[in-house]
Amino acid sequence: MSESYFQVESGALGPEENFLSLDDILMSHEKLPVRTEAPMPRLGAFFQERGAEPDPALPQGSKLEIPLWLAKGLFDNKRRILSVDLPKIYQQGWRTVFSADANVVDLHKMGPYFYGFGSQLLHFNSPENADISQSLLQTFIGRFRRIMDSSQNAYNEDTSALVARLDEMERGLFQTGQKGLNDFQCWEKGQASQITASSLVQNYKKRKLTDMED
Amino acid sequence: MFCEKALELVRELHRAPDGQLPAFNEDGIRQVLEEMKALYEQNQSDVNEAKSHGRNDLIPTIKFRHWSLLRNRRCTVAYLYDRLLRVRALRWEYGSILPSDVRFHMSAEEVRCLKDYGEFEVDDDGTSVLLKKNSQHFLPRWKCEQLIRQGVLEHVLS
Repeated sequence: MSESYFQVESGALGPEENFLSLDDILMSHEKLPVRTEAPMPRLGAFFQERGAEPDPALPQGSKLEIPLWLAKGLFDNKRRILSVDLPKIYQQGWRTVFSADANVVDLHKMGPYFYGFGSQLLHFNSPENADISQSLLQTFIGRFRRIMDSSQNAYNEDTSALVARLDEMERGLFQTGQKGLNDFQCWEKGQASQITASSLVQNYKKRKLTDMED
Repeated sequence: MFCEKALELVRELHRAPDGQLPAFNEDGIRQVLEEMKALYEQNQSDVNEAKSHGRNDLIPTIKFRHWSLLRNRRCTVAYLYDRLLRVRALRWEYGSILPSDVRFHMSAEEVRCLKDYGEFEVDDDGTSVLLKKNSQHFLPRWKCEQLIRQGVLEHVLS
């Protein structure tokens, strides 16, 4: 049966994140390495140890890691406040690993929003942008077949091993594939016309029973 | 770093599976709003100083706080909006009668929004059927669909 909770989907693979998407908010919390190009008064306390000064400034030329949302806000093409470096997994070394065999890599450990974060990274106009986008695309192409096959063939079994090394976007695809498979099986068994209690209601009922047992 | 509390709110919802509604984190929201107030006041003061004493070196700092304010706002709005989607899903699934433990998790505003909606529902049924536990009936599909979705009746295939 159809579900009724439809969360706001991620826009990270496109030009802009979706403002209301929880996934995009979590994705843009991931950090990247930057270098300050101007001193930042009164903010030293956040990034350094306590010094003698009451309100230390963050000096120019500091290397630190900040979340993507902050880097996006402070970045401009003239690099007046900061300049952005690429995280290792989007650099040449790792790109070569991906091109050798994309399937062996644990993208969940590297991300877990590998594709979304990588796409948004293109906003910083790195000279390597063309290579980064090609790498993202080819990596996905290399992995897609296996994800599709496993999602269409794993019926009623524990799938944790299959999704362990997938990033969040790939896991979403896998789940969609599983839903299609389950819906089809249900139809084949003639159960498609059967109305069932909604899964939301069932989950709440399960929880209520557990509470009473405490 | 700023905006940690706001992110925690988002994580809370992201963790809740399948559209379930966790308790409204009133305390969390209050903390985020307090942080926003402090950031705003610090920026007001620095903007004045920049204008009156020509301290343009404060501009990066002002921008930093500004983006933190925007981030806090985004997290809060997304939190409220996602809860709204979950409340709507519950209304669609349960109809106008919510189990008490679900209601307990909602803020006063969320409950009121459900109630107002419920008053427009018209239930007009000429026939009456005694629904005793474990009894079986033959009922038209459209009449029992909602009760089945709510878990009151079970659809038995013949």
